Order: sequence, then structure tokens, then C-alpha cells
Amino acid sequence: MASTGLLARAGSRDMLPAARPWAGFAVRRLGRLLVSLWVLVTASFLMIHLIPGDPVRAALGPTAPTELVEAKRRALGLDEPLPVQYADFLRGLVTGDLGTSLVSQLPVSQVVAQRLPATLVLAGLAFVLAVTVAVPLGVAVGVLTRRGHGRRTELAFTTTSVVLGTIPDFLFGVALVYVFGVGLGWLPVAGASGASAYVLPVLALAVGPAAVLSRIIRVEMVGVVEADYVRTARAKRLPDRTVYLGHALPNALTASLTLAGIILSSMVAGTVLVENVFAWPGLGSTIVQSIVSKDYPMVQAVVLVYGLGVLVVNTLVDVALALLDPRSLIREA
Amino acid sequence: MGRWSTAARTPLGLTAAVLAGSVLGLAVLAPVVWGTSADAVDTGSILSPPSGEHWAGTDNLGRDILARTLVATRLSVLLALAATAIAVLAGLVLGTAPFLLGRRLGRVVTAAVNIAVAFPGLLLALFFATIFGVGATGAVFAIGLAGAPAFARLTQTLVAGVAARDYVAAARVAGVGRLRVLLRHVLPNISEPLVVNATVGTGAALLSFAGLSFLGLGVQQPGYDWGRLLYDGIGAIYVNPAAALTPGAAVLVAGLAFNLVGETVAKALGVGGVARRPGRAPRAVPGLAPVAADEAPRAVGDDLVLDVRDLEVTVPGARGPVRPVRGVTFSVRRGEALGVVGESGSGKSLTALAVSRLAGDLARVEAGRLTLLGTDLTEADGRAHRRLLGTSLAMVFQDPTTSFNPTRRVGAQLAEGARHHQGLGRAEALARAVDRLGAVRIPEPERRARQYPHEFSGGMRQRAMIGMGLMGSPSLVVADEPTTALDVTVQQQVLDLLADVRAADDVALVLISHDVAVVRSVCDRVVVMYAGRIVEDLPAASLDDDARHPYTRALVAAVPDMDTDLEAALPVIPGTPADPGALPPGCAYAPRCPLASARCVEEDPSLVSDDTGHRVACWHADGPAEAATTAAPGEVGVP
Repeated sequence: MASTGLLARAGSRDMLPAARPWAGFAVRRLGRLLVSLWVLVTASFLMIHLIPGDPVRAALGPTAPTELVEAKRRALGLDEPLPVQYADFLRGLVTGDLGTSLVSQLPVSQVVAQRLPATLVLAGLAFVLAVTVAVPLGVAVGVLTRRGHGRRTELAFTTTSVVLGTIPDFLFGVALVYVFGVGLGWLPVAGASGASAYVLPVLALAVGPAAVLSRIIRVEMVGVVEADYVRTARAKRLPDRTVYLGHALPNALTASLTLAGIILSSMVAGTVLVENVFAWPGLGSTIVQSIVSKDYPMVQAVVLVYGLGVLVVNTLVDVALALLDPRSLIREA
Repeated sequence: MGRWSTAARTPLGLTAAVLAGSVLGLAVLAPVVWGTSADAVDTGSILSPPSGEHWAGTDNLGRDILARTLVATRLSVLLALAATAIAVLAGLVLGTAPFLLGRRLGRVVTAAVNIAVAFPGLLLALFFATIFGVGATGAVFAIGLAGAPAFARLTQTLVAGVAARDYVAAARVAGVGRLRVLLRHVLPNISEPLVVNATVGTGAALLSFAGLSFLGLGVQQPGYDWGRLLYDGIGAIYVNPAAALTPGAAVLVAGLAFNLVGETVAKALGVGGVARRPGRAPRAVPGLAPVAADEAPRAVGDDLVLDVRDLEVTVPGARGPVRPVRGVTFSVRRGEALGVVGESGSGKSLTALAVSRLAGDLARVEAGRLTLLGTDLTEADGRAHRRLLGTSLAMVFQDPTTSFNPTRRVGAQLAEGARHHQGLGRAEALARAVDRLGAVRIPEPERRARQYPHEFSGGMRQRAMIGMGLMGSPSLVVADEPTTALDVTVQQQVLDLLADVRAADDVALVLISHDVAVVRSVCDRVVVMYAGRIVEDLPAASLDDDARHPYTRALVAAVPDMDTDLEAALPVIPGTPADPGALPPGCAYAPRCPLASARCVEEDPSLVSDDTGHRVACWHADGPAEAATTAAPGEVGVP
């Protein structure tokens, strides 16, 4: 592979220009992204073919006339040889043609375009909230509970974050609906009308990941403040703020990022459950309805969109890691 | 089995056992006990809120929610176990495939697992649920297969670890087939972490199943698990909130039970990752507190850079506070090089950190006097102090690889202190950093300043560390084992550099080392430490023929030189260094000393100075030096 050559040169240290490791990283990361993308596309294409029996018959029901089923099969291109279907599927993806819904007869791309923004906003807000809460919290508690300090704080924090992290997002959502919707009546519990409607779904989605993430960052922070380079920073007699935020934090984040990536990408899928708790008009409600009604083209497209979201998050995490820790550029993935 | 009962007696283990026991007990008994009442339709009380008769209210057919929740335990647990079994089985097949299939095919499987594991389990579950169709059976397969990649990845990692061991290689060489090796030698050795993860995985499967049923994709009516009850209950949450909250709570408790059991098992087996750190040491009062000096201060010359009197450092230990530094007194003059030698644990590094005020806030540092350039360091930690320490005192640490921040460029790490203390701008500070890198003989300093520490070699990093100290105008360099972590070939370069720094600007040097040869070659004066005390303070030139403490003589004798007999074993000091937590009442060195007498065991000798300033703490210092030197090699001959 082309990347191995670049890597070998990046590996011979001392003489490398600053731009080289980035080139190697970009080639490797792009290669991995493309392979993952190909697997995702192929898996969603094959999904309809892996279904036992005739998917069209299953979708239309046992009472549907045979002619209708045959017509539908032709319309979906299922009578063509598999390679032709695959080529058609890929061509459709490139041109933005994702097929037609078996249920609503609407173009799938139109439904996705209509439902996607609500999901993106929900996931985006929850994502930002989780990170902006977890990082400062993890760092602060990490400093407070560094070796030989704050044992009670540590116990309280760990217990709370373990409990909050164990509660699945949809159960947390149900609890929020009960407390703020049914009990207090402060906030809307269904739909996406108005800013206040975002509060509970975003909270339901963000609290668990924020708890887990802050716990990871705390543990890393506690370890990192003991590191030799933090002692070096202290030897420079820098203010505590600079020592913790300038020297300890980037390293704590580096160590947390891999796990953070897993947590954050699971939030993409987490929207499905949370959307169903709050009747959110996004893709999460769509995919569940489509699975129940066996609307396979629709399911295929939504799985693709979610998968794409996960790949984007994973790639962004790797880029963030590379920016924070230059050593990861030359490390074999 | 002892570890199991121990684990079960911890609060965590007890909670886990009680919770898991209740869940499993309910799974067995609940359908028998409440089966009838769970299905009893009561049209008289449809969707009623909690009452004395129905503690959690009723559903849309008037059936008792609490009874249904309890009965649903069996199905929920069984489905979770079935899904976990599929995940474990599929994961084992995928995870051991690389071992069984050989390199080429194995790589394909590994790559596929790596790609699959990047996607969240729920997304995989939805994908498989579409294929297998809506319903309990489909959901079992969906959740099982969705959990497989993570389990496969774990198995792969564990198998790869064991496969590299000698006994596996030996079995392979002996011609045992791959499958047989796997079953006989590999799997038994990785079963413990697999069991832990399967237990935790059951909890996760339970939660996932609740999620899938809650979405309406899992268990279908008339069957019901917790997720299905939740699905039915949430629609009526305004009428009877308990209909949603009761099964929700059940899911949570059961999920927690499996997680806790997993963690308890992990702890009992000592499987890493899940277990927490051991207990913390008790907290000491941090900071500096002056103690009374029992000795009249010596005349303080203008050229005194560092003056330390009765330095004591107390740190928290496992069994109460420990004092690894006990009353250390020394001073360093401008341009002087002082070596501090001793075995590990003698307190020399902690002394260096304490005088540099870097001992950390767990260590309690007390001193009768501690001044740097005449400024009292025992006072509060003000900005002026920080500037003085930041510009006049340079630290060089043992391991240059870990002492640089890996995430920041070398130039920026040098410039940082100067920007803070000397008020230099970014460009100015960086220019000075480049200049200093050049001064410590780093070639192409401009390019190097833009690089990260991992792009430097070890010797270069240590020189850069010295350069960092030269950003200010240091009067004192404290170097703590500066060459220990380096290749022998570059050790001399670093020592020469330290000597040059010292010569160029009359900088004082405190060199901490366990290596008498290094200290002798660089320093004017040597302080020998043992068990947190100075036992001798003498000119470096006197080490060979005027060392009066038996410990100093033993240290010197342990250094090979050109005349050393290569056939004979090198002399070592018998016994082990003193434990600062359990010091004898007399001389700490007495248990290892060839000259030890009754007095040595009972009374600790104090450090006494002669007219020339040669200090020694030994009852036999004035005694027959000949006897000691002849006795020492004989005693120290055999390791």
C-alpha cells in the first residue's frame, strides 16, 4: 500500500519535515474511511437480500396478489442479477436516488432530507452538551481528587457518575417525561416545536455519555498530574492553572479520546431510542416504523445515514487525537 | 474458593449478590406465584393508578402492572441470556479465527471485526432486526450478533496475548494442531476475562433487549418482557405513570445487578481494567513549617547560593507517616559542584525535590533554614518566590523522555517559563529558546525548536532539558540522576555540558547520583546520604584515601576502576538499604556495617565536623581506618 512507504519514512526519525507525518496520517485515515464506507454501503445493499424468504411478499403481506408482488419486485430491480443490482444501488447513491418507499411511495431521499435535520440538531446539541459538561467537570474533579486528596469527593463523584452512566438513555428519558412533563408540567414531552421542546430529549441523550466521559477524564487527569512532565511544568513555576490546563489537560484528553469516540458515536444510535420516547420528528422514528412495516428501501437508507454519522464522528475523533498528540501521527493504526 | 467468599463480603460484592440473587429468584418463582394474577383481566379497573389492591396500578385491560413486571423477569432474563450466548459464541468463533486460519485469512477477519466494532451496538441490532424480522426470536439474534464484534475483538486480543507465550509456541513446534492448541492451551488461559465480560455483557444485553422491545421491535403481544411493558406503559404515562416507571425500575435494577456481579467477579479474579485503585495514603499537612535549629547558624557568606539546615521531609505511608529525610544540613557556594550520593531510598532525590520546593503537596517539608540566594523559601509561596525559583533554579530530571510534555513543541516548552517570569513576548521567548538550544549544542536549533520531544533522541532531550534551565539566569542547577536513563555513550556528553554550564557563569551544581564515579568526575565536594541522613561530607578528592565512614568506603570500593581484578567478583554492600518506616534506634547503617559495635546499635552518632569542614557521622570515624578498609572488602566480597 502507498501508506506503508510514507510510514516507513516517517518512522525514520530526526530528519523528517513537519508536513510528512500529516500526509501519512491523511492517506492511512482516508484509506480506512473508504474501506469502512464500502463495508457500510455493501452491508446495507445486502440487507434486503439476507432477509429469509421474499422481502416484497413479506412487505406486502400474504394476501397481496401475485401480480402486484411481481410488479413491485421489478420496480425494486430485484429480478436483475445481483451484480447489476449492486451497480444500480451504487449509481443511485452517487446521484442521490435512494429508491422509493414501499409504504408511502415517496422518494426515500425526500423523506430522509425532511427528517434528518431534527435528528442532526438533537444529536449535535447533545454532543456539545456532553462534551462541554464532561471535560471541565472531569478536569476539576480530577484535580480535586488527585493522589492523596478528596477521597469523599471521589467517592461521591464516582458513585453518581456510575449510576447516571448505567441508566440507559430511554429510561432516563421516561424519568424526565415523568418528572418534568407529568409531575411538574414545566416542559413539553413530545414533538420538536419551540426551543423548550429540545430540553428534555437533549438531556436524556447527553446525561449518560457526559457521566461516563467525565469519569474517564477524571481518571486520566488523576494519572496525568503525577506525570514527570507535569513536574517539569511545576519546576518552571508556572501558575497551577497553566500546569493543569496547559500541560495536564491535553494529555488527559489524548488518553480519553479513544473511549470518548466510542461513547460519542453510540450517541448517534442513541437518538433512535430517545426520539421514540419524545415522539421526535427525526430519522429515529422513521427507522422503527419502517422496520415494523417492512419498508426495506427506507430502512436501507436510514441505516446508511446513521452509519455515515458514526464514520464521521470516528474520523473527527482521530483528527482531534492527531491534533492533540503528534505521536499518534506516526503510530500504526 | 477463598477469594469468592472474600469478594462476596465486600459491600460491592454483597450488593451484587443480593441484587443478582433477587433477580434470578424472581425469574424462577415469579411466573409460578403471580402468573395467574398477571393475566387476570379486570374490566372494572382499567388504567387505574396505584391503589391498595394494585400497587402499581393496572394496564388497559385492568391487569396488575406489578404482577406483570415481576412475571416478566423470567422472559427478560432468559432473552438476555440467550442473546449473550449467541454473542459469546459468535464472538469466540470470530475472535479465534485469526489463530485458526493463519495469517492471511486471519487478517481479513480481524479487519472485518475492527470495522464492525466501530459501529454502535444498537445500530447493528437494528440492522439485524430488519433481517430477522420483528419479534422475540429475531431480537435475540439481532442483539446477540450485534454484541459479537466487541466480544470477538476482546477474544482476539486475549488470544494474541496467550499465543505469543512459550508454551503455546512449544506445543505448536511439537506438531500439535491449531484447534487442539486453542482448546487445550489458549482458551483455558483466557477464560477468566471472558467470563467477566460475558457477565457484564448479559447486563448490556438486558438493557438492549428492553430498548428493542420498547421500540416495539422485540417481544410482541401477548408475550411481554420489561421493554414491552414499558412500551405499553409510556403511552399511558399521564394516566398511570407507574405503568412505565415500574418496568423501567426493574430494567435498571437487573442491569445494575449484572454489572455489579461482573465487577465483583473481575475483582475476585484480579482481571484488570474494572478494578479500582488500592486505598489512598492518609493525607499529610502540606507546606513548609520551620523547626527549631539545634545548631548555631554558620557564618553566611555572600557567595552562598543554597543554604539548608535541618531539613526534614515527612510523607504519608501505608502505616502512618514516614520520614525519609531526617535532618539534612548542607550548603552550596557559587560555582561549587556538590555531589549527593547514596543507594536508592537514601532520601537523596527527595532532598533535592524538597529544597527545590517540588516535593509535592503530600510531603511535609520542615527546615530550620532553607534559603536560595538569601531568600527564605520557607515563607509563603508568593509570585516573587516563583519568579526567583523559576529563573535562578534550574532542574534536570532523571528521565528526559517522560519529563517533556509529549503534546507540545520543544521550543514552546522552553519559551513558556521565560514568557511567564521574564515577560518576554512569544517571538522573543522563542528566539531565546532557539538560542539556548544552540547553547546546549543541539544542531539546527531553529528546526529542532519546532519539533516535538518524540522527534529528539534521548541525549538530545536531556540537553534540551538543561537548555530549558538556562532560559533564565540560573545560579543553581539541581540535577537528579541526569544520566541514569541515558545510553552510556551520551552520558559523558551530558556531564560535560553540565560542567561547561557551571564553568561559564559560576553556576552552582547539585548533582544527585547513585554513581560514585560520576560524582567524583564532576563534583568538588560529596555528600553521602544513608537512610535520610548525611553520613559523610567530604571533598571529592578525598573519596579514595580519606573517606571515614564505612558506608562511604564501601560505596567507593564497589566502583570498578582500571586496577580492578576482572576475575574476582565485584564487591557489593551486603544487606538491604534501611527501611525509612522501620529505623533502628542506633546508627541506621549498623546492621550492614563491618565495624558495628554495641554503641552503634544503641546510639545514633551525630554529624561532626573537623577543622577542614570534613563532616562524618560515625562512632568509628577516628578509629583505625586501616581496619575498616581491610575489613570492608572481605565482608563485601560475595553478593
